[in-house]
Amino acid sequence: MTQPFRTEAGGQIDRSRPVRFSFDGRAYVGYAGDTLASALLANGVHLMGRSYKYHRPRGVLSAGAEEPNALVNVARDAARSAPNLRATQVELYEGLTATSQNRFPSLGFDLGAINDVCAPLLGAGFYYKTFMAPRGAWFKLYEPIIRHAAGLGRAPVAPDPDRYANRYAHCDLLIAGGGPAGVQAALEAAPSGQRIIIADDNPGFDSATLAGFANVTCLPRTTVFGYFPHNFLGLAERLTDHLADPGDRARERLWQVRAKQVSLATGAIERPLVFAGNDRPGIMLAGAARTYLDRYGVLVGKRVVVFTACDTAYAAAVALHRAGSQVVAILDLRDSPGGPEVAAVREAGIAVYPASSIVGTQGRLRVRSVTTGAGLRIACDAVLMSGGWTPSVHLYSQARGKLVYDEERQFFRPAGPLPGLRCVGACNGDLPESGGFLGVVPGQRGGPAFVDFQNDVKASDIQGAVAEGFRSIEHVKRYTTTGMATDQGKTSNMNALAIAAQQLGQPLPSVGLTTFRMPYTPVTLGLFAGAARGELFDPVRQAPLHDWAQAAGAVFEDVGLWKRARAFPRGGEDLHAAVARECRTVREAAGLFDASTLGKVEVVGPDAAEFLNRLYTNSWSKLAVGRCRYGLMLTEAGFVMDDGVVARLTVDRFHVTTTTTGAPRVLAQMEDYLQTEFPELKVWLTSTTEQWAVIAVQGPRARAILAPHVSDIDLAMPHMSVREGRVAGVPARLFRVSFTGELGFEVNVPAGQAQRVWDVLWAEAVKHGACAYGTEAMHVLRAEKGYIIVGQDTDGTVTPDDLGLGWAIGRSKPDFVGKRSLLREDLIKADRPQFVGLLTVDPVRVPEEGAQIVPVAAPAVGSHALGHVTSAYSSATLNRSIALGLVEGGRGRMGEVVHLTTASGTIPAVIAEPVFYDREGGRLDG
Amino acid sequence: MRHSLFSIVRNAIGGNRGWPAQWREAAPKPEYDIVIVGAGGHGLATAYYLAREHGISNIAVLEKGWLGGGNTGRNTTIIRSNYLWEESQKLYEHALKLWETLSQELNYNVMYSPRGVMMLAHTVHDVQSAQRHIHANRLGGIDNEWITPEQAKAFCPLLNIEANIRYPILGAALQRRGGVARHDAVAWGYARGASALGVDIIQNCEVTGIDRAPSGEVTGVQTTRGAIRARRIGVVAAGHTSVLMAMAGVRMPLESYPLQALVSEPVKPIMSCVVMSNTVHAYMSQSDKGELVIGAGTDAYTSYSQTGALHISAHTLDAICELFPAVRRMRMLRNWGGIVDVTPDRSPIIGKTPVPGLYVNCGWGTGGFKATPGSGHVFAHTLATGAPHKFNAPFTLDRFRSGRLIDEAAAAAVAH
Ligand SMILES: Cc1cc2nc3c(=O)[nH]c(=O)nc-3n(C[C@H](O)[C@H](O)[C@H](O)COP(=O)(O)OP(=O)(O)OC[C@H]3O[C@@H](n4cnc5c(N)ncnc54)[C@H](O)[C@@H]3O)c2cc1C
Repeated sequence: MTQPFRTEAGGQIDRSRPVRFSFDGRAYVGYAGDTLASALLANGVHLMGRSYKYHRPRGVLSAGAEEPNALVNVARDAARSAPNLRATQVELYEGLTATSQNRFPSLGFDLGAINDVCAPLLGAGFYYKTFMAPRGAWFKLYEPIIRHAAGLGRAPVAPDPDRYANRYAHCDLLIAGGGPAGVQAALEAAPSGQRIIIADDNPGFDSATLAGFANVTCLPRTTVFGYFPHNFLGLAERLTDHLADPGDRARERLWQVRAKQVSLATGAIERPLVFAGNDRPGIMLAGAARTYLDRYGVLVGKRVVVFTACDTAYAAAVALHRAGSQVVAILDLRDSPGGPEVAAVREAGIAVYPASSIVGTQGRLRVRSVTTGAGLRIACDAVLMSGGWTPSVHLYSQARGKLVYDEERQFFRPAGPLPGLRCVGACNGDLPESGGFLGVVPGQRGGPAFVDFQNDVKASDIQGAVAEGFRSIEHVKRYTTTGMATDQGKTSNMNALAIAAQQLGQPLPSVGLTTFRMPYTPVTLGLFAGAARGELFDPVRQAPLHDWAQAAGAVFEDVGLWKRARAFPRGGEDLHAAVARECRTVREAAGLFDASTLGKVEVVGPDAAEFLNRLYTNSWSKLAVGRCRYGLMLTEAGFVMDDGVVARLTVDRFHVTTTTTGAPRVLAQMEDYLQTEFPELKVWLTSTTEQWAVIAVQGPRARAILAPHVSDIDLAMPHMSVREGRVAGVPARLFRVSFTGELGFEVNVPAGQAQRVWDVLWAEAVKHGACAYGTEAMHVLRAEKGYIIVGQDTDGTVTPDDLGLGWAIGRSKPDFVGKRSLLREDLIKADRPQFVGLLTVDPVRVPEEGAQIVPVAAPAVGSHALGHVTSAYSSATLNRSIALGLVEGGRGRMGEVVHLTTASGTIPAVIAEPVFYDREGGRLDG
Repeated sequence: MRHSLFSIVRNAIGGNRGWPAQWREAAPKPEYDIVIVGAGGHGLATAYYLAREHGISNIAVLEKGWLGGGNTGRNTTIIRSNYLWEESQKLYEHALKLWETLSQELNYNVMYSPRGVMMLAHTVHDVQSAQRHIHANRLGGIDNEWITPEQAKAFCPLLNIEANIRYPILGAALQRRGGVARHDAVAWGYARGASALGVDIIQNCEVTGIDRAPSGEVTGVQTTRGAIRARRIGVVAAGHTSVLMAMAGVRMPLESYPLQALVSEPVKPIMSCVVMSNTVHAYMSQSDKGELVIGAGTDAYTSYSQTGALHISAHTLDAICELFPAVRRMRMLRNWGGIVDVTPDRSPIIGKTPVPGLYVNCGWGTGGFKATPGSGHVFAHTLATGAPHKFNAPFTLDRFRSGRLIDEAAAAAVAH
């Protein structure tokens, strides 16, 4: 197959390696080193996309990251399909399959182009002015049509199987941009031995000269996309998108770099000229045409018209002329273009028309001719345009650098270096003086002149927006959508600004500049997620006895990061049956429970007791060594935040337990106060959650199960006490505590030995008819006793007194966190929600947790709730349902009938004491 | 000029040159009856309802930048009213009812789109919390229903409901009337409506001081465009409210945090509803333009910098890629942040302050866009009559002293 627009020689492509690819189902051949855009151009294909709104046929405008038009989908398969890729950056590989987007049925014939015909109706912001009647029709009728028409490419339909890698790095110098200025900066710094990273989004940058320096890391295909505070930068490196066979390598890598110094060498971007019909395929930036020739050996046309206000287009004209294109005319907006480039053009015999312009173009899927301001019609198959160059200041602006407007050069340039940051080369505005033009080309006679190609924003849209009162550039941008396409206005922002300024009759800088937002070019979502997927999405914390539980058939639940055994169903039991059995077994014999997930903090130091006095409501000074106490921790606002048993091991050492998910919060609260409020206290805090495994042995047989395996502790130890010794030969802290209401012990042993101890105790337990029980049985057992679970029976609005735990407040203490708040008027009023038991009149019926509690059976909509059900279970022990809840003035309503909401009405229940079982507590002693 | 299909056609024939300015470019007068500080959605809505329902139109809305450029123009536009507490339900439902007719009211298409807001439950605790909300909402007459994972998948086919993922979806609470609206249109529609009723909207006018008489009451403001007198001042400045209130010597129970959001490149419709997950910290919807609109929780530290930290948005995207694995290959187009004003109980403060004549409407934190019409409506009532509307009566500044909090974070984010 021939490539009719490929030059005989030249370019950086590898002509010995033809590459086959397809675009919209047609087969083509390009060369290794081509981009999709250059290969299509070599084959004479300019039409590569349709615009967003009017579905106008569009060709490639640029040769780089700023491309607004040539957006394609590249798919290896259904899952590895990526929409909206810029053909100018898609590297060709054997078998590449690309398709155009946003067209139906085909790129050449697109029914959506009807919008182009209706364009006068669809001016900027038209949708704000209509589609309002009748009420509701927006959502039901108009919006679906608009949504269907909008969007560009299609999202992949299956999960992306590719991997994404992540790397953190430090360096002395990070250089963004591997053009001449960037490479120069690297060369200057390299001999000093600094650690240098230089990144460029092109596949190969001219880094050969840097190859000898081991201290320089060159990152091709890498976009510096984000600049964060303190010289922290995000880089996206594309690893496999250019390979025919990516194998199992990661597709992209996220670099998160902290740099001592940053040099931005991001260059400059050429601007289009705004004239009627400036968007036809075949019309492109002059610099891009030059790139296609120099880098890829491609001629963008055979008969070329150049329209410019900038000298650099002359060099392009000469290059194309030399390579065999016929440059039929150069129309220059300026009255008397001069300079060496212009002279070279004249020498080559190319006609130059000063003070000339294009005011119209013809051709449907490709430009056929242009109409000049003088009324001439010139036939052509390509138009090269140049409105001058804009420094690429995006990253500088992201770094919060101030931009200043250079009146003479008509561009914004960095105001100067920032600490740790400087701009070099074209990015800094150091561009050769070559002219330029901003705004609408004078002498236009109608026809759409595009400013933002992708979003189809015309000069008239911007003028109209200003006339409608949108005077700030941010308003203009939002109202017209200029600069909001996937190219983020790289080629359009300056023209939009100039047109708005002109319309306002104000100097350009006073209209303001829109904020440059991260990222510089779009970045794959999966890159940010990196390895954090599936199992690694969030670390899984497994209790030390997890494997045993799994082998024993446990079903697990997620509690924070933990997996906790919820129940141990046996032989076909459902959850309900398993829980009922586990509860009964604990009450009748005993149960073993893995309580290791409870948070533990070792509080040590001469002021440990005083510290706890200030952090917990209770008083700790008088707690005897070897004894435990139930502790309540409040927030500053006086509401219950956490609870747990605290044991005093020695005068200056406490073993504090917390709820499972509260552990990090409690430690953080402790550290916060210790470091900021009470720095004078001599206390040290250590999280020991993962060090201690906790095996709860609960039930009337608990002591009997432990006895054979404990020799150095007297198991007659009182309730709420702690002893140190050995259990099953392993050093242990043995607590006598109960969260079930039964005689109970909690065996704390080093996590690494937990399984050994468990095995011994389990073997013993089995002899006593005991079982292993899970969190659900634990919940039921504690509810039967009316013990609260923080976070379920409390919600951050509940005081100790609301819970009936007023006794846990050390009244004589001068202060503790939350004390002052407890005296606030709303926290002491009589009708606060109080913790009560609820017994349904129908004992079989289990209320729904979260049900609202109302005084009447058929509450009116919008009526006030007295409270809500916090916990509800079917109790096997009591052979009926039990529930706990918070009810306004509940303690004064014992025996009252209230109604609990259900999905379809209410059920009656009687308010009762929140202790349903063994109110006297006799069973604690076995 | 009234907006309609007819006016569009007529203007199209005229080359779209006949559209008048949507609001007047006003210069500050020396004195107004009421000065509102902050031309966000809430401030503009307040002015609109003052003029429209209370006949007070000698009002200035002062804006330091461009109207709608604060959180109003930065938010992810989720609208819902399925809040937990009765006070919140009434306030947000009041707003939701106003949303339903807002386009007609303003003759501006604010694109309120009740596409359904689904809040996922991943743990037993989530389920309990969702059920509690549903019960409370049902009693309050607010739609909110429990749906199974399969129903959730049917409502949002993009969702991954596999049981073997890290946090499997156990179900969801769905408010069908919840949805989204077009944020800019809300600001512009209210601005246009208020301006037409005589309100002066003064942009590029930063308030730098609040003047008080020796006896304490407010007398006016100092601005970058000169002094303006007013005996009633309403501060509606979101993340910068504490700074403004400090000018009058009032210390606010607010913390200001950056809150980030991001959008993907636009694609053809793949998602028709809003999905939120508090447990994995992410939410997503698809805009009419085709962009996936993604957000999450605030940054960890208080700050006035609108540049959020990379690891926060990265973590949000972890979660999005888990919930919707097919979007992993799509790309982030824009990321930005706003400064949100967070109260200790995550509920707003709307009403009087200890300074006579000074009123405040703030504390909307991460979720005030949905309340815009209702907030403006009740605040206008408060400013006009000097007494709160029944729906904002509970949302006093004083509640942080009395302890009568309306804690919307309560049932969601506490220990197990
Ligand atoms: C990223 C993000 C996502 C969000 N997502 C949602 C969502 O999905 N749903 C939802 O309901 N809410 C959401 N919110 C919250 C919502 O945006 C806000 O609660 C709401 O928009 C606040 O509106 P406002 O009018 O009070 O504030 P703003 O729109 O911020 O207006 C305050 C105005 O005050 C001006 N101002 C400040 N200081 C001065 C001064 N000294 N002088 C003059 N003017 C001043 C500011 O410039 C600003 O324009 C989100 C917020 C953010 C940042």
